Amino acid sequence: MTPATPLPSADFETAYDLLASAIDRVGRARESDFLARVALLLMHTPVEIEAIRAALIAAEAALV
Amino acid sequence: MPLAGRQHGNLKQTKHIGVSPRSTSVRVVGGARGSVMRPAARHQSLYFDYPHFDFVSPPELDGSTRRHAVVVVGAGPVGLSAALELARHGVTVVVLDDKGTVNDGSRAICIARHSLEGLQQLGVAQRFTDKALGWTHGTSYFRGHAVFRLTMPHSANERFPPMQNLQQQYIEQYLIEHAQAQSRIELRWHSRVVEAQADAQGVVLRVATPVGEYNLQADYVLAADGARSVVRQALGLKLSGAAHEGRYVIVDIKLRSDYPTERRAFFDCAGLAGATVLVHRQPDDIWRIDYQLDDDEDELTALSETSIRTRIAAIVTMLGESAPWQLEWWSVYKAYTLCLDDYRHGRVMFCGDAAHLVPIFGVRGLNSGLADAMNIGWKLAYVVRGLAPAHLLDSYSPERRGATLDIFAQATKSTRFMSPPTRGHRLLRDATLALALEHDFARQLLDPRQSQPYTYAGSALSSTTPDDFTAGPGSGAPLRNHRCGDEGFLLDHLGLGFTLLYFSADGEVPAALRADCAALAVGDESLQLLVIAAHGARGASVLVDVDGSLFVAYGAAPTSCYLVRPDRHVCGRWRQIDGATLRAALARALGRIP
Repeated sequence: MTPATPLPSADFETAYDLLASAIDRVGRARESDFLARVALLLMHTPVEIEAIRAALIAAEAALV
Repeated sequence: MPLAGRQHGNLKQTKHIGVSPRSTSVRVVGGARGSVMRPAARHQSLYFDYPHFDFVSPPELDGSTRRHAVVVVGAGPVGLSAALELARHGVTVVVLDDKGTVNDGSRAICIARHSLEGLQQLGVAQRFTDKALGWTHGTSYFRGHAVFRLTMPHSANERFPPMQNLQQQYIEQYLIEHAQAQSRIELRWHSRVVEAQADAQGVVLRVATPVGEYNLQADYVLAADGARSVVRQALGLKLSGAAHEGRYVIVDIKLRSDYPTERRAFFDCAGLAGATVLVHRQPDDIWRIDYQLDDDEDELTALSETSIRTRIAAIVTMLGESAPWQLEWWSVYKAYTLCLDDYRHGRVMFCGDAAHLVPIFGVRGLNSGLADAMNIGWKLAYVVRGLAPAHLLDSYSPERRGATLDIFAQATKSTRFMSPPTRGHRLLRDATLALALEHDFARQLLDPRQSQPYTYAGSALSSTTPDDFTAGPGSGAPLRNHRCGDEGFLLDHLGLGFTLLYFSADGEVPAALRADCAALAVGDESLQLLVIAAHGARGASVLVDVDGSLFVAYGAAPTSCYLVRPDRHVCGRWRQIDGATLRAALARALGRIP
């Protein structure tokens, strides 16, 4: 399997805008469901389990 | 892409609009800012004595019908810089302004390095640097935690820091005083343009004064008359683009503090939950504080002195300052990305806010206006003096409007981050800020994308021969400064007109190339040959690159050369040049090749 690499910054910014727009489209009531589905779908792309573990820990820690 | 008038969640999206000064649908005031307000019973500045310029009756009011080569409308920083550049190149200019003083309020305060390099060419930079506060860093905070440290590139090879803070009234004062010392510039105060008519032969402006109106005839007009340009209105032209969500109150206070000069941005800070606050230091113990209004907040109430004092007190406390402070002035603004479809309309050229309105985030308004002035200044001078065909002016709009569109792309991203337009953007923005405490990838999104000089890639004036340079500015890019030992900096040595930067092993230049340069003088403006020697003795036009760093920075080897325009942008570069190539490149840069 090809090791996962971070998105180039231009693609990252594009993805950022796409996700923001998608959150607006689905609306506040379905926002959490939508984000859970996005997370599951992204887990099905080339990514390593340790990266997922690290992301979960970091995201939880960042709930300041 | 922003969507016209659609609603997403509870927040309105960016609107695409067309704006003319007659339009009642969108209010565009004072560079997208509102009127200056001061505390009750005080109409004067705490620290600045506004000058008063008298009206002097012009010959036109006594019947003169003299036709002027160039009239500049607007004695703000952009109009004055354009006038100074024209005068520097030998053109006599009339500058009209409806006021009899400088602009009220500090307004644009951040001057970028590339603007100072332009001001240096105009001979006025020293006044600026003597007074201004230079800075290279910035810090962004989220809920009280520092999450991003901005470091702008700076080195000993630069004469100026990346940014300098100076109130706009000083900027104008210094430029006015310099203009007053120029015999080729006539400043006409209390002179309001009320009508403009342009055709293929020239432009006629109707000018209102305290003692009556007169017609002023010009071969060319530079409209630098701001966001509510009368010239633009008279020609029936409209700005088009987008108005962004988010209103910011802009406040100057006088406060003694030794906090260093840097840009501070506070997201969701104590005392102003959810709001974004920006803080900049200015000379004379003046501090600029910008804070965001809530979406549903009534503007009239928010702008009352009581409300301003309450918010500022909370912010000053949040900053950890305990000294007493005084209100200087305040106003309100929104972010716009608006521009004309074309910055040239026959014999009328638009500069600065008259041509484009850009969001303040990234300090691009004044700096892009000054770049407009430097761009059109030399071109118009060459055309007026018959040194280049009028076709040269065709390059102004593609180059400078291209710069505006690039600013729009950068500024739109900055604006969305500073003032998220929708719930989706706010969620991601806040997540980014929270993650930025620990993660580099998130910090990168906090970069405010400060103003950068624009590369005129693909300009019709550039020679785009492929090259194998691995460093240095390419075609259309601005020349980069470089310290040259005891001889100052590279940009100190540029000529008035075009310059051929020639890299040489020992300072020697082929006789044929010297002869070509001498023969290619444009009128009384020579094509200056500036030699960078790896070794040898310095001379009048020879700089010795003692440590070899200039060769490295420019990717140069002996016989490499760069042809540079009067506004410091590169026309082309070659490993070796012959007379025919140099002639062709110069002809292209002068608009002689259609």
